[in-house]
Amino acid sequence: MFTPVPNPTTNPGPAKFGEQDLIRRSASTVTPPAKRQTEVAKLIDVSKCIGCKACQVACLEWNNLTEEVGINVGVYDNPHDLTPNTWTLMRYTEYENAETGNLEWLIRKDGCMHCEDPGCLKACPAPGAIVQYSNGIVDFVHDKCIGCGYCVKGCPFNIPRISKVDAKAYKCTLCVDRVAVGQGPACQKACPTQAIVFGTKDEMKQWADHRIKDLKSRGFKNAGLYDPPGVKGTHVMYVLQHNDKPQIYAGLPNNPSISPVVELWKGATKYAGLTAIGAFAAIGFLHHLLTGANRVSAEDEKNAERLTEGRS
Amino acid sequence: MSTEVESGDGVHPGKPVIVDRYTVAARINHWITAVSLVLLALSGLALFTPALYFLTGLFGGGPTTRMIHPWIGVVLFLSFMGLFIRFFRLNLWERTDNVWMSRLRDVLAGDEEKLPEVGKYNAGQKMVFWSMSLLILVLITSGVVIWDQYFSNYFTIEQKRIAVLVHSITAIVAICVWIVHVYAAIWVRGTISAMTRGRVTGGWAWRHHRKWLRDLVTTKH
Ligand code: HEM
Ligand code: SF4
Repeated sequence: MFTPVPNPTTNPGPAKFGEQDLIRRSASTVTPPAKRQTEVAKLIDVSKCIGCKACQVACLEWNNLTEEVGINVGVYDNPHDLTPNTWTLMRYTEYENAETGNLEWLIRKDGCMHCEDPGCLKACPAPGAIVQYSNGIVDFVHDKCIGCGYCVKGCPFNIPRISKVDAKAYKCTLCVDRVAVGQGPACQKACPTQAIVFGTKDEMKQWADHRIKDLKSRGFKNAGLYDPPGVKGTHVMYVLQHNDKPQIYAGLPNNPSISPVVELWKGATKYAGLTAIGAFAAIGFLHHLLTGANRVSAEDEKNAERLTEGRS
Repeated sequence: MSTEVESGDGVHPGKPVIVDRYTVAARINHWITAVSLVLLALSGLALFTPALYFLTGLFGGGPTTRMIHPWIGVVLFLSFMGLFIRFFRLNLWERTDNVWMSRLRDVLAGDEEKLPEVGKYNAGQKMVFWSMSLLILVLITSGVVIWDQYFSNYFTIEQKRIAVLVHSITAIVAICVWIVHVYAAIWVRGTISAMTRGRVTGGWAWRHHRKWLRDLVTTKH
């Protein structure tokens, strides 16, 4: 059993990280801090989850969010998708394992993965609206968000949602406000089975190893850690019973990375585009310098007068 | 026989000869198009690159820029449709336009005497007209796909990714075409008054659009 982290003190103290610890800031360049903080991670062990949704409730509670009462269409997923208020969502899949003949209930807690290479941040056009701290947390800064929806296009996991109320983008913050004062995320705190654990990324990988060994000993030979290298790893990781088939977990991407279309849009297009505009302006300027204005001559006016003469 | 003349065109003999090129309605239509295109380029470029994000200040900040840009796009589209209907007939491609295009060297040197006589629009102007028609069509189509405020539920994320790439590339091309268009109007002196007062001098028409002037003189008298 993972020993629960003892409750940290609630005495006020300085935040453990802040502006000075940014390693990325959307649409801006930052000078990275000389020393990177220890990377944190949340580990979600799907095999231990009982689908009680305590984490979903804790998230609403801590972040002071209210979800609308929805409609039951005969599935457990509630609401049916992530929303601007639901930053984490339990997704339920009934999986028939052909090899064992067992029906497995796969319950995945969906939400922001806090990618090491975040597509949302890459796509964002508003300076400082998305930031990444050196401990790995990716956070949206709502004062600076303009609501364009580019983060939605950038994210390989389909996570950010734009609010119809204030037209700002919302997603899991990894409880940046709690972590900054030494607390664990609200969902982790609420999980009754410790399917969600939080700590440094190294600790979480070690803990995952131990869990994977256990799963393998129980016949889940493809058990493994989901920490996808396509986005240079994530700060929310899963232990999956079937790590060879992540897509069976309600469409968890197999090998996620920032879409090449997004890379092209945010890469070559910017440089080529600005160069083209500059070149056209420069060519115009040079042409004028070299040939001078194309002026109508007195002769032209005379010719026009001759043509119209006696025709009024 | 098709003539190079539009209904509002006219010629007034005198010293110098004055030629009516655009009606008040056509000029208002053109100005609405021009202003909305410039505002679209500025608000779009603000989101295109962080170096130009400060341009959002012109529109009252980032969120209003994001909100207003597509609406200006709608104005541009409707206004350009008006221009299209007005101008498309005389912008139809003709065989002499190929000759004009093959002698771009003379065009750029201002040696128009070496070129075939030109109607109301030369081949370059026609190219601007047709490329803008196509570009604006692509811009409004791709623009609607990425207009998340109203249409986010109608398209998939993958479609939006492609649309935003297409929109930004098309916008760049449109801005380059616009630079050529405006530069030509500045380089060829005497052109701007067609847009401001609707009139040009007879000498201007003789020099640059002689076939148009000849048709005007024969049909209007
Ligand atoms: C014709 C109708 C148009 C529509 C409906 C439209 C719509 C949009 C939308 C929805 C966006 C995303 C940002 C936002 O939500 O405001 C956008 C971005 C942009 N638009 Fe348009 N637009 C139109 C025309 C134009 C034109 C004529 C230009 C340039 C001459 C232009 C240039 C841009 C640029 C450069 C961007 C930023 C793309 C990027 O971030 O890479 N747009 N447009
Ligand atoms: S999962 Fe999506 S929203 Fe979260 S950091 Fe990665 S790209 Fe950004």
